[in-house]
Amino acid sequence: MPTVLIPTPLRRLTNDLEEVSAAGADIGTLIDNLDKAFPGLKDRVCDESGNVRRFVNIYVNGEDIRFLQEKATPVNENDEISIVPAIAGG
Amino acid sequence: MDKTSPFFINLKCRECGRTYPKQAIHVCDFDFGPLEAAYDYDAIRSVLTRAVIESRPQTMWRYRELLPIDGEPTVGTQVGFTPLVKADRLAKALGIRELYVKNDTVNYPTLSFKDRVVSVALSRACELGFKVVACASTGNLANSVAANAASAGLKSYVLIPADLEQGKVLGSLVYGTNVISIHGAYDQVNRLCSEIAGKYGWGFVNINLRPYYAEGSKSMGYEICEQLGWRIPTHTVAPMASGSLLTKIHKAYGEFARLGLVENTPFSVYGAQATGCAPIAHAMKLGTDIVKPVPKPETIVKSLAIGTPADGYYAIHAMRQTSGTAEDCTDEEVVEGIRLLAECEGIFSETAGGVTVSCAKKLIETGKIPRDGSAVLCITGHGLKTQEAIIGKCGTPRIIKPSLREFEEQVYHKDSVLA
Repeated sequence: MPTVLIPTPLRRLTNDLEEVSAAGADIGTLIDNLDKAFPGLKDRVCDESGNVRRFVNIYVNGEDIRFLQEKATPVNENDEISIVPAIAGG
Repeated sequence: MDKTSPFFINLKCRECGRTYPKQAIHVCDFDFGPLEAAYDYDAIRSVLTRAVIESRPQTMWRYRELLPIDGEPTVGTQVGFTPLVKADRLAKALGIRELYVKNDTVNYPTLSFKDRVVSVALSRACELGFKVVACASTGNLANSVAANAASAGLKSYVLIPADLEQGKVLGSLVYGTNVISIHGAYDQVNRLCSEIAGKYGWGFVNINLRPYYAEGSKSMGYEICEQLGWRIPTHTVAPMASGSLLTKIHKAYGEFARLGLVENTPFSVYGAQATGCAPIAHAMKLGTDIVKPVPKPETIVKSLAIGTPADGYYAIHAMRQTSGTAEDCTDEEVVEGIRLLAECEGIFSETAGGVTVSCAKKLIETGKIPRDGSAVLCITGHGLKTQEAIIGKCGTPRIIKPSLREFEEQVYHKDSVLA
């Protein structure tokens, strides 16, 4: 199953787990499945329209999904997905 | 004495609007949006008039109701109110009717606009009880934090990319700060600082104190309006690193109009970047607001070399909303811009200023800024700090013996022939 790295601010929703497993043919489905396992997670990561929030970055094997196919980005068996709040600064 | 400002009321998420107390926090718990200082403009309108402002000392703090501290400023009380120079010779060289230069090359005390943001951040840091302050910096911010922290008796750490110009490194070291040079790009320095800020509770002016820090840039916009005779300039060009300065100038003009200090006239803001690191300009030119990070910036303009600009999205919207746009220029054009500003107006700017002048030139040439218009260029730091960029590019001295005949032969007669 694909692994999902959970950032510190969201770990209270995942019983403090920093790494979880989740399935889904694409990122959108994976987020929905994550939300079933850890209720409330989707609301933090996506807005009311279901789009990934501006200050949340999601990477599949290090690549930002905004430069792939956004929520439709396909997910494969051994992929590593990271959810990373955008860093402000500078 | 625990004074609370009746004008600066809380912090507010720019994305969802959730409000937060006026602490050293910068990110919304809910959607990770940036927090911004929020004000009671009705309360400000009742006390802040042109007459009141004009009666105050000529520093950035003459606008203090619009700046996010609770009491009186304690750090950087002399900062700001730099000259707004009417630049007739540069206007002619660029082919525009009227041009002004907002000259922060001479800002006090560290010769860049960063003294504005640091003055606010460190004044607030003292109010919040911080004993150690710090920053991630491309150079000018480090100089300013080092200097202002020294003057306030605060311990400080400045973290910089290891390849910064010598003038900027020396211009931090001299104040006794702790300079930590990182083998990496600015984005990596910034990430490390977020981790340190989270763990050790230091006051990082552009991380956990960012909502206070960022507001200091508004003072440049306020001063421009006041110095133009209480009006908003039609066209303003500002350099962009994180994009914060441009967004805050935009905010400043809007606040002055809202408070009735200036008429609500239309204005446009334009952002300038170096081609070797122009993520915001590229997004703008592509018509998107998704900013693609530049993993390894490559430009002599190290002060603007931020590959992942925190305020990129908001800068794009400020430009779009005001019918402005962005431009970028090559390293060669940067040097031309520095020289043009120096030779026309006697102002010696660092590389970011060269970017602003050259991008303004392109914006005028391509008709994006109309030739019969009036524009203000924000020149943000002094050229003595980025000497490496112009070494060998400004000619050389003519070397002669101390002899009148040699002077006449080598200099006077040659120049008379050329005149």
